[in-house]
Amino acid sequence: MSAIEKLPTEAIPDNGLLRFLTCGSVDDGKSTLIGRLLFDSKTILADTLHAIQRTSARRGLDIVDLSLLTDGLQAEREQGITIDVAYRYFTTGTRKYIIADAPGHEQYTRNMVTAASTADLAIILIDARKGVLTQTRRHSYLAHLVGIPHIVVAVNKMDLVDYSPATFARIRSDYLAFATALGITDVRFIPMSALNGDMIVDRGERLDWYDGPTLLDILENVPALHGEHAEKFRFPVQYVCRPQDAANPELHDYRGFMGRVESGELAIGDAVTVLPSGRETRVKDIQILGESLPRTVAEQSVTILLEDEIDISRGDMIVKTGELPKIARQIDAMLCWLSESPLDPRRKYLLRHTTRDSKAMLAGIAFRVDINSMEQQAAERLAMNDIARVSFKLAQPIFADPYAESRGTGAFIVIDESSNNTVAAGMIV
Amino acid sequence: MSTATLSRVTLSHLDWLESEAIHIMREVAGQCSNPVLLFSGGKDSICMLRIAEKAFRPGRFPFPLMHIDTGHNYREVTDFRDRRAAELGERLIVRSVEDSMARGTVVLKSADEPRNKHQSVTLLEAIEEFGFDACIGGARRDEEKARAKERIFSFRDEFGQWDPKNQRPELWDLYNARSFKGENMRVFPISNWTEIDVWQYIEREHLALPSIYFAHRRPIVRRSGGLLPVTEVTPARPGDSIENLMVRFRTVGDITCTAPVESDAASVTAIIAETAITTITERGATRLDDQTSDASMEQRKKEGYF
Repeated sequence: MSAIEKLPTEAIPDNGLLRFLTCGSVDDGKSTLIGRLLFDSKTILADTLHAIQRTSARRGLDIVDLSLLTDGLQAEREQGITIDVAYRYFTTGTRKYIIADAPGHEQYTRNMVTAASTADLAIILIDARKGVLTQTRRHSYLAHLVGIPHIVVAVNKMDLVDYSPATFARIRSDYLAFATALGITDVRFIPMSALNGDMIVDRGERLDWYDGPTLLDILENVPALHGEHAEKFRFPVQYVCRPQDAANPELHDYRGFMGRVESGELAIGDAVTVLPSGRETRVKDIQILGESLPRTVAEQSVTILLEDEIDISRGDMIVKTGELPKIARQIDAMLCWLSESPLDPRRKYLLRHTTRDSKAMLAGIAFRVDINSMEQQAAERLAMNDIARVSFKLAQPIFADPYAESRGTGAFIVIDESSNNTVAAGMIV
Repeated sequence: MSTATLSRVTLSHLDWLESEAIHIMREVAGQCSNPVLLFSGGKDSICMLRIAEKAFRPGRFPFPLMHIDTGHNYREVTDFRDRRAAELGERLIVRSVEDSMARGTVVLKSADEPRNKHQSVTLLEAIEEFGFDACIGGARRDEEKARAKERIFSFRDEFGQWDPKNQRPELWDLYNARSFKGENMRVFPISNWTEIDVWQYIEREHLALPSIYFAHRRPIVRRSGGLLPVTEVTPARPGDSIENLMVRFRTVGDITCTAPVESDAASVTAIIAETAITTITERGATRLDDQTSDASMEQRKKEGYF
């Protein structure tokens, strides 16, 4: 059979790229859901399909187990669970998708946070037989904490509850009760059966009472933007280009400031301020590989040239004059501790924010969040998977915005210099 | 406030992928003291060179290029490799598996054994020789199951090993490339690209490719369900029936384990049309050594393979 005969062969009308996250408990059918999206969107290729057909047969299954498509590592095959984020790709002809498949087990919360940090949308799976579980609340809280703007609650395994509208309605109201309290606003509900393919790509015939969109309809139409409000221009400098090519005198004075626009837009001629120096100048040119662009937008990697000669290095930030971020030596943040070694309040850590590093010391833990009850508790120390509101003192100032306004300039990681490991993820409040 | 600020522009998917890859390369340049970019002359690494140009021109690349040559490469590819490096004016280092064999650090089980997995040894030797702290490579997550789980900045210990159960968390676009002496990072800027993205990028950027990517006639024998080109290192066996087929290569690696597919696609556009309707995944059709076991790529990566 030709599994992908309907893949587009024409130039793709491009509606950009959407990154989404799938999360749920171990047995909610997450891998089957992803397998179904790939299968029904004709993204699975013949040899991959044959391989999973063979494996399914070897395991004595009489249908093809689509969850095998996302089953990556040896250890997972042995344990039958997903232990790390796996990335999958498919395209519908209008949009390219990157799926981060996050594990459901509690001890792998750090991987869920990792997957959530780059996602624009989260699909939270609920087993229709079990309803809203602690795990559901935990994943929803994390998705919300990490600022994923769109949440889709997929009530799966409807086939096992006779496609009952009452079950779906009850789960929906249970979910809304705690989601509203958390402050989650953009949430949609879909009843589905990943096993049978109902309401994922095709509507199927067994959920006539549901008149909302299918999962793919939502994915196709959701805006692929982190925020829809006008954003302030933020350009952390990654690298300075000074060619100093003796053979080419034109390049003698070339100073290109290279980086990716974290948010906002910039045009040639705009007035800018460089941090930390505070020097002001104007944009002389914006380039990619010698080509001049009249303006640049969020997520674009460019080289900026300025009118005046200003000493700028990696870790500095170019912003529009009059739109300065906070220049902070102390920050308050929500912190997710990711490391097996607990946070040691006496130690100095390295804090990495944009392209800037600073030594950091814990100044205090305001509270720890019990992500099962959402209660705030007093805490002296933090262990792996703990989430807490903390404050840090910094040796060097950083140029920060609240995470809720700008992911790029509101996020940071904490590095333990004794191991070089990334030990925490932080979001500035 | 201007209306232009309110109507935010969304990048096309290729622009987004390119921008992400440029950002990753610049992070390597900003964070690592002695990186290297692996360049084989294959299509993925050809895209990587264009991304490096966009990341660093008009400056020089802040790293040399390096190829780990198995000695089993198609001439068209190694010639292309040398020509492209010269056109860019960048330094190309070539280190050879055959030198490792001469040193005795690579021992083949049989003379015609595929040498892909032995590249790990030569690569680790080169990393040690030059003291590289980061190797930038063109691997993609869509190629293989184990790769689907690998970080963009993937830490390797002093034996070059990848520990899939103990990967550094990788959040937002805040990459942690720190390592101690002797350890290093493998960095994959086009992790999020698929094969079709690579072809679309080659088309959009008008990138030149080695000729064997396009349909050509060559002597072929059919073996274990795949096509095997008849070459000096892969001669026909007695009883083989040799056909003169129109084929093209989808990947160009070690001759002994890189099989072509039947095709008459003579242009990038024709390849894109074919790629979009093909029913065989890239590595499945063309990499005979990955079929050994379900877990063969994961095993090799743990041993230091790219």
